[in-house]
Amino acid sequence: MERMTDEQRHAEQAAAHESAAQRGLSQAIAVDAERPKKDLSREKVFELKDVSVRYDGKPAVKEITFDVFKHNITALIGPSGCGKSTLIRCFNRMNDLIPSATVEGEILYHGQDLYGPNVDPVQARKLIGMVFQKPNPFPKSIYHNIAFGPRTLGMKGNMDEIVEKALRGAALWDEVKDRLGDNAYGMSGGQQQRLCIARCIAVEPDVILMDEPCSALDPISTGKIEDLMFELKDEFSIVIVTHNMQQAARVSDMTAFLIVELDADEQNRWGRIVEYDDTEKIFTNPSDPRTEDYVTGKVG
Amino acid sequence: MNDDPPRTERTRLAVAGARATTEAVISGQPRKDVIKNTVFAALLLVAILIALAGLAALLIQAFVKGRPELSLDLFTESGSSDPTIAGFRQAILGSLMLIGGVIVLVVPLGVGAAIYLEEYGSREKWWNRLIELNIQNLAAVPSIIYGILGLGFIVRGPLDLGFTVFAGSITLALLVLPIVIIAAREAIRAVPPSIREGALALGATKWQTIRRQVLPASISGIATGVILAVSRAFGETAPLLLVGAATFVTFDPQFFSGDYTALPVQIFQYATRPQDEFRILSAAGIIVLLVILLAMNSFAIWLRNRYEQKW
Repeated sequence: MERMTDEQRHAEQAAAHESAAQRGLSQAIAVDAERPKKDLSREKVFELKDVSVRYDGKPAVKEITFDVFKHNITALIGPSGCGKSTLIRCFNRMNDLIPSATVEGEILYHGQDLYGPNVDPVQARKLIGMVFQKPNPFPKSIYHNIAFGPRTLGMKGNMDEIVEKALRGAALWDEVKDRLGDNAYGMSGGQQQRLCIARCIAVEPDVILMDEPCSALDPISTGKIEDLMFELKDEFSIVIVTHNMQQAARVSDMTAFLIVELDADEQNRWGRIVEYDDTEKIFTNPSDPRTEDYVTGKVG
Repeated sequence: MNDDPPRTERTRLAVAGARATTEAVISGQPRKDVIKNTVFAALLLVAILIALAGLAALLIQAFVKGRPELSLDLFTESGSSDPTIAGFRQAILGSLMLIGGVIVLVVPLGVGAAIYLEEYGSREKWWNRLIELNIQNLAAVPSIIYGILGLGFIVRGPLDLGFTVFAGSITLALLVLPIVIIAAREAIRAVPPSIREGALALGATKWQTIRRQVLPASISGIATGVILAVSRAFGETAPLLLVGAATFVTFDPQFFSGDYTALPVQIFQYATRPQDEFRILSAAGIIVLLVILLAMNSFAIWLRNRYEQKW
């Protein structure tokens, strides 16, 4: 008898789970639709033309072409191994730090070749900030975590004000204003990640790149960071890598979907872009069946 | 357990059988294995006890023998041929000046080399691998070899500094440099790459990243390595005998000129004299040396535990 009920319960749970997932996704899109949509800017921040990245000659992503628009949140989604992180690291030349990595093709930043001979990657990174997958605060006080960037870049102004502005901008000020001298490692993971965002906006960049910023965080912290992203996009352009499709649906304006391709003998794998469009279109009416399979959870 | 469906006789039998078999497999350790295990554990214990016994014998013997001479006068009285008034004043001063010079020389050289190898030198390049290998080798070179190098190149030869504290410092600095480099590299490597990425992503240059994030984060590890290396230099005798510290001195040493001696050398000297009083004095000197070394090592351990960063 009992075993019977168990099986039934399992089946019920599975069904409920499935519909919850579907509801969650449709809810996420509904919420996104409710949010007052501004006229999205079509001013281009980045233009990628046939960008390929190789590690030791082996391709990691191939022939990526799309544009990133100003004051938009642009999401890169796709299965693991599709080169999302590799691609986002091209935007601020972090791939330069890996000696074996080579970037081919063209990335224009406000119309200028980001990989041109006159471009200093250090100068480029001042304008194009980055938040990493795992929160990586410096082993210093909260105050000095923020002050490091402006000080290093020789920014003028009252440092206390710069720190307060950055912490307010990252919705962290009220939580930490009484303990600015405490070590950042005493904060929760979500607070650490918002500290990293504050650190990033303290140097007043133009673009913020986020490489799976919520993958190490709990749902509540994730929600706070997503709310924060909406506020930040008024001031910055944001590119986010995420493996969480609901998150992409909730936060982004534009979505690029990448897949993994294998060569004939399955020795090499690389990422390729399938579709790039308005987020709403990608999640409700994608033009490529592979995108549809992925966003509805049939594969991946 | 109450919810279990009633068992038939057959299941009960099967369960009992399975249980018994499992017990037989996991619980019955062969008697031979038990004996082997016990014997092996006992042998390991003996190995530790022999090492500890050696240390204990040394300490007890030095303490019992040196006790009559153990007083603060040891630090203030000069070296003398009269054992009743002889002390270690010059030797202690000489040793302190020597290690002072070692610290000044070895910290910038050792940390600089470590930064190069960890942050700039790509392991792909054969010359960097060669440098690394040779630093490992240098750490294993006997100290008397450094003494001969010091005599040939620093005291005489190209540098021609004479038998001075300065020459002794350079020799000892060369001796402990590989240890400092290895320890500093270890400390720098312990700083996770995410910290460097975080700083670089803000638009800091490579040097700014190293200077303001990597070095401050690794400073306690580097300091620990330096203290341990310096305590090794403090106890070194063989190279100093060659570079001139063997002289019997009754006046305070100077850094750049004049004769000097060092604590371990003075202990060696007193120990080789025929009078029993000097042997006692030498035992007292050993206690002073050991106390200073233990204090330095304890400080290094304290420093490491106090400022150790949990990433």
